Amino acid sequence: MTTLAKTSAVRSLATQTSIRRKAMSYLARSWPLYVMVLPGLVLLLIFNYYPMYGIRIAFQDYNPALGFDQSPWVGLKHFEYMLKLPTFRLLFRNTLMLAIGKILFLQVTAIVLAFMLNEIRMRVFKRVFNQILYLPHFLSWVIVAGILLDLLSANGLVGRFLGGLGLNSFMFLGNAAFFPWTVIFSHVWKEAGWSTIIYLAALTAIDPQISEAAAVDGANRLQRIWYINLPGIAPTIALIACLSLGGILDAGFEQIFNLYNPTVYATGDILDTYVYRAGLISARFSLATAIGLIKSTLGFVLITLAYWLAAKYANYRVF
Amino acid sequence: MVEGKSWRNRMFDGVNYVILTLIAFLCLVPIIHVLAVSLSSRAPAMGGFVTFWPIGFTWENYIKVVESVAFYRAFLVSVERTLLGTLINLLIIVLTAYPFSRSPHEFKGRTFLLYVFMFAMLFNGGLIPTFLNVRNLGLIDTLWALVLPGAVQIWSIFLLMNFFRGIPKEIEESAIIDGASHWQLLYHIYLPLSTPVLATLCLFAAVGHWNAWFDGVIYMTKMDNVPLQTFLRTIVIQLDMTRMNLDPKDLVLVSNRSVRAAQIFVTMLPILVVYPFLQRYFVTGIRLGAVKG
Repeated sequence: MTTLAKTSAVRSLATQTSIRRKAMSYLARSWPLYVMVLPGLVLLLIFNYYPMYGIRIAFQDYNPALGFDQSPWVGLKHFEYMLKLPTFRLLFRNTLMLAIGKILFLQVTAIVLAFMLNEIRMRVFKRVFNQILYLPHFLSWVIVAGILLDLLSANGLVGRFLGGLGLNSFMFLGNAAFFPWTVIFSHVWKEAGWSTIIYLAALTAIDPQISEAAAVDGANRLQRIWYINLPGIAPTIALIACLSLGGILDAGFEQIFNLYNPTVYATGDILDTYVYRAGLISARFSLATAIGLIKSTLGFVLITLAYWLAAKYANYRVF
Repeated sequence: MVEGKSWRNRMFDGVNYVILTLIAFLCLVPIIHVLAVSLSSRAPAMGGFVTFWPIGFTWENYIKVVESVAFYRAFLVSVERTLLGTLINLLIIVLTAYPFSRSPHEFKGRTFLLYVFMFAMLFNGGLIPTFLNVRNLGLIDTLWALVLPGAVQIWSIFLLMNFFRGIPKEIEESAIIDGASHWQLLYHIYLPLSTPVLATLCLFAAVGHWNAWFDGVIYMTKMDNVPLQTFLRTIVIQLDMTRMNLDPKDLVLVSNRSVRAAQIFVTMLPILVVYPFLQRYFVTGIRLGAVKG
C-alpha cells in the first residue's frame, strides 16, 4: 500500500467516525422530537392516508367480502356511469349555487354588521352585542335544524305568524323553489355574528387619527365609513374572498343533511348528501367513492388555488 | 374619538342601536322560544300557544327527560367522548406542534413531515373509504370510532406551532445551556407560556366533540352507543320512534313537543355553560389563527 492510499484511507475512516459522532450527538439531542411526532403521524397514516389508498375502490366493483385488494377492477365504469347520470349535473349545480349563495350573503351581512358594531362607543354594549351575536355559531346543526323544524311547523312560531298573513310555512322546507333561501338564511343566522370577528379586528387596526382628521374636514359618519373604513378593510375582504374560493364545493353537508327531504332534492340535493345516500344507504360503495373522489380532487385544486391566491395577494401564510 | 353632539350624530347612534338590538333579539328568539316551550305543559305547547313565556309552567318535561334511560345513556356517551376525545386531541396537538416549531436544523425532516400533515388537511379519501377503513379496523359501535378518526387536528397543530415559534428564543437559551432536554423545554418553558392558547384549543376541541353527530350516525349501529347529538337528531329531526329501544316510556320523548324542546335545551346547556369561558378565549384563538372555518 502506498503512503498516499494509506493517508486517504485513514482520512476516510476519520470522516466516517466524525460523521457517526455527529449523527450520534444529533440523535442524542433530537430523538425526543421524533418520538413526539410519532403518535400524530401514526394516527394520520391510519385515519387519513390509508383511506386515500381505499380510493382505489372507485375503479373496482367493491365487494366488502373481498376487501380493497381482492375486488375486481372495472376501470372507469363508475365514472362513465356517473357522467351519464342525469342527477350528476343537478348535484353539481345545486352544490355550486348553494355554496356561492351562502358565501355572498354571509360575507356581505358580516361586513355590514362589523361596521355597525364598530360604531358602538360604549364598551359594555359592544361586549353584550358581540356575545349574543357569536352564540349561534356554537350550536350544532342538529340543534339549529331541530329548532327550525319546530318554528316552521304548522303551529310553530313562524308558522303562526305566516298563517296570520295567510301563508303556509311548510313551503320553506317542502318547496324546492324556497329551500335554497331557507338554507342560505339559516346559515347567515348561525354564522353572521361569528364572521364579523375578522372584519372587526381589521377595523380596530385602522388608525383612528385618519377618521378624526376626516371629521375635522367635515365628513359625516357614513362618509367616514364609506371612504375610510371600507378601503381600510379591503385587504381583509380580498383575503376572505380568496379563501372562500376553496369552499365553493362545500355547500354545508351538516346543515343540508338535517334540513332536506325528498321533496326538495331538485334544488337541495348536493354532492355530499348524494354520496352519503348512494354509499351508506344503497351500499353502492364504488359509485359513491367515485363521486366523492371527483369532489375531493376538485376541492383540493380549489383550496390550493385559494391558498396560493391568498399568499400572493393578501400575504397570507398557513405556516 | 371626539364625536360631535349634533342631532345627526345622535340619530345615527340611535338607529344603529335599534337595528343591532333587533338583530341580537333575532339571534336569541329561537333559543328563548325553545326554553319557553320546554317549561310549558303539554296542551298549550302542542296547540302552539306558547311564544316567549311558558304557559302552565311545569318542570315535568325535564323530569321525563332526566328519567329516560335512553337519554341518560346518550348523554353519558357524549360526556365520555368529549372528555377522552379532547384529551387525545390536546395531547397530539402539543406533541406535534413542538417538534414542528423547531428549526429544520434541529429537527431533520421537518419540512417533509410538515407537508405530510398539510396534504392531509387539503385532501381526504372521502366518506366511503373513511367509513370502510373504520369498519375494517373493527371500531364500529365502540367509543374509539368517535375519538380516533378526528384525533389529529391539523389546523390546531399549525396554530400552536406558530405560537411556539413566536416565543423569543432568549427565554430558552439559558435552559439549553444548563442542559435541558426537549421534553424539559416543552414542559417547563413552552407549555406554561401558552396556557391561553391551550385553553382556546381545548375549548374548541371540547365544543367540537360535544356538537359532533354525524360519526354517531354512521359508526354506531345500536341506539345504545349513540352520542347525545345523534340521539337528538333521531328524535327532533327524523321523528323516529322505531329506532328507540321500544321502551313505551320513551315514546313521549318523540311525540310530546315540550319534551322535545326540553331535550334540545338540555343538549345545548353545556355549550351555554362554557360559553362565557369560550368568549374570553376564542378571540385570542381567532386572532392567532387569522381565520378558522
